[in-house]
Amino acid sequence: MAIESVAPLPWLVLLPLAWATLSFLLGPSRGAGIAIVGLLLQAGLVLLLAWQLTTMGTQHHAVGGWGAPLGIDLVADGLSVVMLLMTAAVALPVAIYARAWFVAKPAGAAWFWPLSGFLVAALNGLFLSADLFNIYVTLELLGLAAVGLTAATGERRAVAAAMRYLLATLLGSGAYLMGVALVYGTYGSVSLAVLGGLVESLPVVMLAAGLMVAGMLLKTALFPLHFWLPPAHGGAATPVSALLSALVIKASFYLALRLWFGVFEPLAAVSAAQVLGALGAAAVFWGSVQALLQARLKMLVAYSTVAQVGYLFLVFPLATGTPAEAAAGAWQGGVLQAVAHALAKAAMFAAAGAMILGAGSDRIDRLGGVGARLPLALFAFGLAGIVLMGLPPTGGFATKWLLLMAALETGQWWWAAVLVGGGLLAAAYVFRVLLAAFAPVPEQGRVTGVARSLEWTAFALATAGVLLGLFAAHVVTLLDVGA
Amino acid sequence: MSLGLFYALVGGGLFALGLAGLILQPRLLGKILAFNILGSGAFLVLVGLAQRGGTPDPVPQAMVLTGIVVAVAATALALALTRRLADLSGAAVLPEDDARAPANPRGPDGD
Amino acid sequence: MNRWASVAVALLCAVLALALAWAMWDLPPAPVALPAQVAGSLAISGVEHPVTAVLLNFRGYDTLLEVGVLLIALLGMLAAGATPERMTALPPDPVLEGLARLLAPLMVLVAGYLLWAGAFRPGGAFQAAAVLAAAGVLLRLAGPVTAWTRPGRVLRLALAAGFVVFLAVAVLGLAQGAMLEYPRAWAGSLILAVEAGLTVSLGLTLAGLFLAGPEIPRGGPRT
Repeated sequence: MAIESVAPLPWLVLLPLAWATLSFLLGPSRGAGIAIVGLLLQAGLVLLLAWQLTTMGTQHHAVGGWGAPLGIDLVADGLSVVMLLMTAAVALPVAIYARAWFVAKPAGAAWFWPLSGFLVAALNGLFLSADLFNIYVTLELLGLAAVGLTAATGERRAVAAAMRYLLATLLGSGAYLMGVALVYGTYGSVSLAVLGGLVESLPVVMLAAGLMVAGMLLKTALFPLHFWLPPAHGGAATPVSALLSALVIKASFYLALRLWFGVFEPLAAVSAAQVLGALGAAAVFWGSVQALLQARLKMLVAYSTVAQVGYLFLVFPLATGTPAEAAAGAWQGGVLQAVAHALAKAAMFAAAGAMILGAGSDRIDRLGGVGARLPLALFAFGLAGIVLMGLPPTGGFATKWLLLMAALETGQWWWAAVLVGGGLLAAAYVFRVLLAAFAPVPEQGRVTGVARSLEWTAFALATAGVLLGLFAAHVVTLLDVGA
Repeated sequence: MSLGLFYALVGGGLFALGLAGLILQPRLLGKILAFNILGSGAFLVLVGLAQRGGTPDPVPQAMVLTGIVVAVAATALALALTRRLADLSGAAVLPEDDARAPANPRGPDGD
Repeated sequence: MNRWASVAVALLCAVLALALAWAMWDLPPAPVALPAQVAGSLAISGVEHPVTAVLLNFRGYDTLLEVGVLLIALLGMLAAGATPERMTALPPDPVLEGLARLLAPLMVLVAGYLLWAGAFRPGGAFQAAAVLAAAGVLLRLAGPVTAWTRPGRVLRLALAAGFVVFLAVAVLGLAQGAMLEYPRAWAGSLILAVEAGLTVSLGLTLAGLFLAGPEIPRGGPRT
């Protein structure tokens, strides 16, 4: 079969579903091997799709052969493919990490592989779907898989966090579904392509858009709707924390972006965009300050996610009602931030997990000696921190640079202040961990070694976050396809 | 007013009622019921608003069937987590401290 | 939550209800008329009932993912674990047990009818599965069926069978040109195969949502 005739779109959904089912059939704690093979194939498919995109433009697949609006269409444009690349780039190293992690700490291992397979399928499905109701189904698949993974250690804190997470995610998708109901009632279709030419500024559509975007803010944990995130991301098993913080919240952000700058563009108001930006700025400061105050390493990393989510929402004021060139730069900066944070945060959780395993405690003041015993994990943590701070030449720098330029070009200097201030705060909480880890060991030989793959995967993810800065131009080119 | 529109209006009311319940109910069982009311509201709007002209439309009917199954799955998971939480902590409510996650230096070690 | 915050939430929700009512009032007819398109393609969908045609053919992809949602809800429950020590036992009841043993085969029969009827009238895999699941719950409450802590190999196979069949049909469709594209001549049979698989697996999954948990010892409560 010629490589041109392989259709990556349906396979990107079918493949993870297949290995998820297979690992379920194999039984509890089984399936790491097929998951890793599946994710390798998935990475190949996404690269093939990216190549198809650059040579042939936006890719389509009409599921069932019907075509929208009767059937459901899958569409891959630049934004979708960048998100799919992000998913593949994070999920594969995290799977290798998880395999070693669950050998050291079996809590939460039993159904990790099938649940994470469904999670990856839901992410791919969501990024490819061009149908509002089908997106709802992928959102629920994603949310329930994420909640199941959060609860899987079975301890009280994790179950409470999973319950809180479940209620938040159900409320978010409930609001989204209400929006879908109003849109279908008004226009008679849920196909993004069909709706693109129909949406106008009616009260009912404004309400629908408001409900859908609000639901996504809750699922992305934008301040002050972040209450569910730190206990869930901080309390889950470490490979799960990495998947949740790196990928799951990006799905709802992607959807907010897709809706705001897509079908609902005729309604997008500058004032609403400014509110989203202000919430983003508040998230940056609140999340960073809370991260500084945490006693536990994983809670620090989780609050850092609350802060980093804030930057994502600076896209809205910078790209709504602003000149085309500045808006394009802000849009690229926002998407790059999603990717840079995904790589850096997965690296940070992975490194933090290795350090906690070595130190035997997740308290920051007990990390002494980690620097000497687990230098690679600590180095990965530091590198990931540099990406989050936004220092050159990392992916974080490319992100901040694009957003900064957009802020200055549009005369909105206050967002520039948020970018600079947030970077300094990130430096503060990252250095707090580094200082603690370089402190002398309280007692002799207390820090133990960990499996090498735990450190190496963290390092690989952090390096990818750094290299993203050097390849930012390629990502931006890809992003422009079909935009 | 057509019957479809009537259903849609009731659905809108149920959605708002469920939303209030989800936020205000202190106990988890109350929150789970509220979520189901919220979901039913959305389903009623989906079928009602689409069929306000009196023409039956199988598409939203099928969507609601899908939605109901999803809601059943979510409710079952929520109930299981509630039972597990009640077993572990002795109460079917969300603990306040976990949400704020205080920087407690004397807390037990996590993983 | 303090009193004023509660009042504020209640008021905001009331405003939302009014806003929804106002927005939905007097909408013009929808510009896209899907019922006509469904009717137009019904003849080549493989089934006669439009809702079944939408569920398993036109929007079959939604249904495929939805079956996944049910499966992960069960997995999430199993993953969160159960606490056997805190379960209370049910007292044995021979009358209830006898009744359940009598009703269960009838319910299987009803489920079979619903599955078959789905092709041309209201019914189908989900309705049939719901009846099967109810039989499972009944048998669990009455005694003959025990709870699952960890599904064994056979049970896992039965739980996943419907999804596996659906997934295989989705992959076979790729040979026609698109995921889940049924060959015209085979559409009816393939949909029936998918529905039959789903009836068994969904019935078990739905029952499992109730049955998954620690074993309750019969005869005398335990705390």
